[in-house]
Amino acid sequence: MTAADTHRAVLAAWRVEQPRLITSLARMLRDVPLAEELTQEALLAALEHWPRAGVPDRPGAWLMTTARRLALNHLQRAPMLERNHAMLLSELEQEQLLPPDYEAMLDDDIGDEMLRLIFTACHPLLPYDARTALALRMVCGLTTVEIARAFLVPEATISQRIVRAKRTLSESGLAYETPHGGELAARLSSVLEVVYLIFNEGYTAARGDDWLRPDLCGEALRLGRIVIAIAPDEAEAHGLLALMELNASRTAARTDAAGEPILLLDQDRALWDQLQIQRGMRSLARAEELGGAGGFYALQAAIVACHARAARAAETDWLRIALLYAELSAVTRSPIVELNRAIAVGMAEGPASGLAILDRITDARALKTYHLLPSVRGDMLRRLGRHDEARAAFEAAAALAGNKRERELLLRRARETV
Amino acid sequence: MRFMSIVTAPRSQQYGHPTPELLEAMGKLADREIKAGRMIDNGGLMPIDQAVRITIVDGKLSVLDGPFVEAKEVIGGYSITEMASKEEAVALAIEFMQLHKDHMPGWEGTCEVRAFAGFAGS
Repeated sequence: MTAADTHRAVLAAWRVEQPRLITSLARMLRDVPLAEELTQEALLAALEHWPRAGVPDRPGAWLMTTARRLALNHLQRAPMLERNHAMLLSELEQEQLLPPDYEAMLDDDIGDEMLRLIFTACHPLLPYDARTALALRMVCGLTTVEIARAFLVPEATISQRIVRAKRTLSESGLAYETPHGGELAARLSSVLEVVYLIFNEGYTAARGDDWLRPDLCGEALRLGRIVIAIAPDEAEAHGLLALMELNASRTAARTDAAGEPILLLDQDRALWDQLQIQRGMRSLARAEELGGAGGFYALQAAIVACHARAARAAETDWLRIALLYAELSAVTRSPIVELNRAIAVGMAEGPASGLAILDRITDARALKTYHLLPSVRGDMLRRLGRHDEARAAFEAAAALAGNKRERELLLRRARETV
Repeated sequence: MRFMSIVTAPRSQQYGHPTPELLEAMGKLADREIKAGRMIDNGGLMPIDQAVRITIVDGKLSVLDGPFVEAKEVIGGYSITEMASKEEAVALAIEFMQLHKDHMPGWEGTCEVRAFAGFAGS
């Protein structure tokens, strides 16, 4: 093995074991930020030790022993402030005498601990960017460098976010526990929001040529699957997973060989990942069984599912999509959802009906600078044969487009509308 | 990246009859991986005696029922995972094989880790 191979092997073992390490240490230390810090030290120890001594037969057990020893050392160094501190220490010392039993580690169902960890990382007290960074670090086991690369920001920015977030968590004395009742629903929605943010960041970002850039969609899917494994009765968690699986199923078809985006209706559907579509459909069905058909994520998933079901773009059930957008619009009251509804209605009933919806949202503040509004409008006007108005709309859209490629496309459409 | 890991063993190894300890340990490992969002599907296969082979040789299609006495290596099972890297898939395969070493002494076999074609990064 070369040094680079060993380094990658360490990180791979780390990613597998890291949530278990943190949860185990958090249980010992009753302090998540501290547990996180000490597991990072265990990673550093592995990075230092394994290249010399070789990858151990049981990497997980090695990491666990090391992390526990670090926790024990920490407790021994720390002043004995509380009586239970001493008790904790003696328990740990006894535990430490025994090597960690690999089978016992497999037996150890970390579901509840994992849920606690996720709830802590996604705590509503923390700003969004801190929640996403903490979730990727504490739950997915990404390093700071990897997170920085994924979000295309400097490493120092991510380090700072993490340091601040951990300080907030420590200072606020947040209970490291699973919320219950009404609190649970509120906290779970914060978790889902973080997962959704991570997915969208990966989904909308232009694919960089940095092949080391971690795939945020993959991480978000993994988080989504963890959440449903440990909270299997939460309809919206299934809805979100369905939405992510169904959107991710189109990845291979979304760009051409030159990396140019291909719009959904122009994609080669043979490239859609049918295995992933099936998984998405199963999750959506589960969300609906649990009574969550009307949820924010489940509705969006149901819309994407309409596309996934159509073997050809012409077979798309636009009427159903329009109805689902109407439901989603009632949930979100977002003019952007209305804009999408207008597109679907325009496809289902014709451009005049779509245009009527657009006319009602033209003054929405959120859309004032949104180039897609005049762009969609131009499209409908062109289909109605109102070419002068269509051209003006495309030009207005081009003026608002932030991205050069999009601006050029819109100006070309304006020129072609005669 | 999506991977398929395929376990093969010499026919003489009777992979169709893993020890209860091995079955239990494999079950726990699979459970952990599913809950961690990495494993999408896995399964053990029935013995090759019950298999059917559809082959094309010299442009001729034929259907053959087992047993296939000439088969030396037999596929025992597979898993499909979605991993951030090949190293992760390999780490899991090593862990999986270590369980065989622990719970089925004397067993010999191979776990082959293959990336799916057509996925980003593969």
